[in-house]
Amino acid sequence: MSENQTFALEVRDIVKRFPGVLANDHVNFNLRKGEVHALLGENGAGKTTLMNIIYGLYHPDEGEIFVNGRKVTIDSPHDAIRLGIGMVHQHFMLVPVFTVAENLILGAEPTKGLSLDLKAARQAVVDLSQRYALEVEPDAIIEDLPVGVQQRVEILKALYREAKVLVLDEPTAVLTPQEVEELFVIMRQLTERGVSIIFITHKLKEVLTIADRITVMRRGRVVGTVRPQEVDEAKLAAMMVGREVVLQVEKSPAEPGEPVLQVRDLVVEDERHLIAVDHVNLEVRRGEVVGVAGVQGNGQTELAEALTGLRPIREGQMLLGGKAVPPRNPRYLIEHGMAHIPEDRQKHGLVLSYTIADNLVLCTYYKPPFARGLQRNQAAIVENAEKLVQQFDVRTPSIFTTAGSLSGGNQQKVIVAREFSRPVDLLIANQPTRGLDVGSIEYIHKRIVQMRDQGAGVLLISAELDEIMSLADRIAVMFRGKIVATVKAEEVNREQLGLLMAGSPASEVLGQPQPAA
Amino acid sequence: MNTPASFANWKIFWKRWGVLTVISVITLALIAYYYSKTPQITEAVLASTLRQSVPLVLGALCGLLGERAAVINIGIEGQMLLAAFLAFLVNVYTGNLLLGVLAGIAVGALLGLLLAFMSVTLKIDQIIGGTVINILAIGLTGYFYKVGLSAHGKLNPIPLGPLAKIPLIGPVFFNNPPITYATILLVFLVHYVLFYTPWGLRTRAVGEHPRAADTLGINVYLVRYVNVVVGGALAGLAGAYLSLEAVGSFERLMTNGRGFVALAVMIFGKWTPLGAWGAALLFGFATAMQTQLQFGGQLHIPHQFIGMLPYLLTIIVLAGFVGRARPPAADGIPYEKEG
Repeated sequence: MSENQTFALEVRDIVKRFPGVLANDHVNFNLRKGEVHALLGENGAGKTTLMNIIYGLYHPDEGEIFVNGRKVTIDSPHDAIRLGIGMVHQHFMLVPVFTVAENLILGAEPTKGLSLDLKAARQAVVDLSQRYALEVEPDAIIEDLPVGVQQRVEILKALYREAKVLVLDEPTAVLTPQEVEELFVIMRQLTERGVSIIFITHKLKEVLTIADRITVMRRGRVVGTVRPQEVDEAKLAAMMVGREVVLQVEKSPAEPGEPVLQVRDLVVEDERHLIAVDHVNLEVRRGEVVGVAGVQGNGQTELAEALTGLRPIREGQMLLGGKAVPPRNPRYLIEHGMAHIPEDRQKHGLVLSYTIADNLVLCTYYKPPFARGLQRNQAAIVENAEKLVQQFDVRTPSIFTTAGSLSGGNQQKVIVAREFSRPVDLLIANQPTRGLDVGSIEYIHKRIVQMRDQGAGVLLISAELDEIMSLADRIAVMFRGKIVATVKAEEVNREQLGLLMAGSPASEVLGQPQPAA
Repeated sequence: MNTPASFANWKIFWKRWGVLTVISVITLALIAYYYSKTPQITEAVLASTLRQSVPLVLGALCGLLGERAAVINIGIEGQMLLAAFLAFLVNVYTGNLLLGVLAGIAVGALLGLLLAFMSVTLKIDQIIGGTVINILAIGLTGYFYKVGLSAHGKLNPIPLGPLAKIPLIGPVFFNNPPITYATILLVFLVHYVLFYTPWGLRTRAVGEHPRAADTLGINVYLVRYVNVVVGGALAGLAGAYLSLEAVGSFERLMTNGRGFVALAVMIFGKWTPLGAWGAALLFGFATAMQTQLQFGGQLHIPHQFIGMLPYLLTIIVLAGFVGRARPPAADGIPYEKEG
């Protein structure tokens, strides 16, 4: 290259093969000094593979890497750190029981004689947080900190190792809208101080807000590199998935019927026996989607678990189809028309080591046609799986593949296929699209609306404001275990919801006193 | 410092150390009371407590070094047993006690290497790996042991000059055989290494979140190997203690479950060396009392029941305290590198 400009980082013709997959197919990518370069693509497009190659966790089969114009080989994270590359992983690489200072120095510890110099470590935290305006308390234990602060510690870790190139892998996936804004401010401060940032994401809005350049990947290849001024969301989405995507969910006005779920004065405790759900009243009628909005950790998880029979109800009443339900009895709920998309699809939605076929009959295996007396009816199970896999477009080599080896989007489709293939009166969907790519999100949203139109009631719990806004007919906002407001979706905007989620009184935000539920 | 702050500090101190302080005060008061009544017996029981705790605390150190790096070692019993046997054999054939002890340490370390190879490299289930070592040790010692071999002497107490003359404290702490002294030093050494050195920080990181350690360029496998091998050496030292310091001979199955009690001690001590030492002293005391009660002859309880004391304590401790202690997060899980 005979350009004057040397790139902070450049990769040329990177190829990486995994058994059966070409994860990176002659990828070219470069990063200018002091820019935010977004790497956009669906799950499985090869973004994370590329970054793991840059960080020395994977070895490329072909291709070259240049740092500041010099050709380098990166065999381990150690090499990457030495070359000034830092990475903030999607799942934080922090030791939860260590302090901030201990996490910062791990692997590059300052010493006094043979001993750790924890005083120097604390000072390093203080110095770095001042220099980059990233506030953290050096002696705080990681597991006590909110996710946003943990992320700052991750960034500080990279800066402590004098990273000039910072890779942020899906950094906004776990953050609240407010925390996302704070992160963007931090990213700008870093680039002003000469750090170059690779920002991996599949969220279109964020890319357009923060990136200087955008490179889109699809199926292991680079589709193109664009500037945010030249494109809009629809165009980017089309580049990502290779076809036009409907970002706005198409749905007709709700036609609510009789109530299918009634919750009165529900009180639920969390693991530590503190009150997590505090006298909640809620009603879901047939043919409507009720969205529960709120920052994570305000009782939504406990609410969903109580309603699906997984967690004891301390006080209050829950009626399904007008009838009181027996306590802690998921099978009763399943047999009486409740479907559940759980928050953690890998822990509570699927048995990862079972085949897709077996996962698809988890709720019905004991009934005909899947059981004949004490025996399983393999033929019926296989037939059921083949039908559903096709009908719900699960991309898998075989119905005998284990659920654990599927991608996130396909795992979620298996759950949706299982839950929707029974007669459903009430769907409880908790974070149904978390971590999924645009294509899968669109698909699941469509299915939920379809469910509603067929006359089921839907309770949608989501931390994604956009999801709530586009799917819900009524929105209940949860804050510290209470439902602080219930509003019609068309009568409220993002800002108002954001304020309610942050705990501002409903009367102030909405201008008039709100009747509870 | 102003008053509210120091008050707050006091509260924090009380919360952290309150129970320990109360226990210590009660223990010291009891010791003083009994010492004033029956000085000889009190001295004997306390000295015996300390010595009985030696193999337990060494075994517990072995276990916690492994588990802090996420390798569960239930083969401590076997490591001790084979080490006791080889330490004894080397002494029998060379007449040298030091060589015997070194042989014991080497055997323990070697079995540690075997466990590390099985659980870190081959990623075999760690419980099975440990069981393999236990069965191996029982088989080998049973097969090669011949009745009639006798050791050349045993490790005798070395009084530490004037320190040994202090009443009560002297006979208990400063008139001990070498491995007992070494054990006390090792407790503090392991504590220092684990909590105050870079190696310790890395070890704990590997036990809590190995992937995080890996992404920071720490060699997870190496850390696990070293800790398990060093732990094995400590278990080997415990074996040498049994045959060359405590008894002066070898008997079949002479470890008698101490390797498993050591695991209880480790858990009771919340995976910390100092905690393990405290727990080991408690178990040592139970054993010492058992001996005392059996030979004291004032109590009319069948000796089998008195003999149960240490094991009963194990069950109570494990049933009552395990729930509150938190093991390293990645404990027992083999680490798979990506890519």
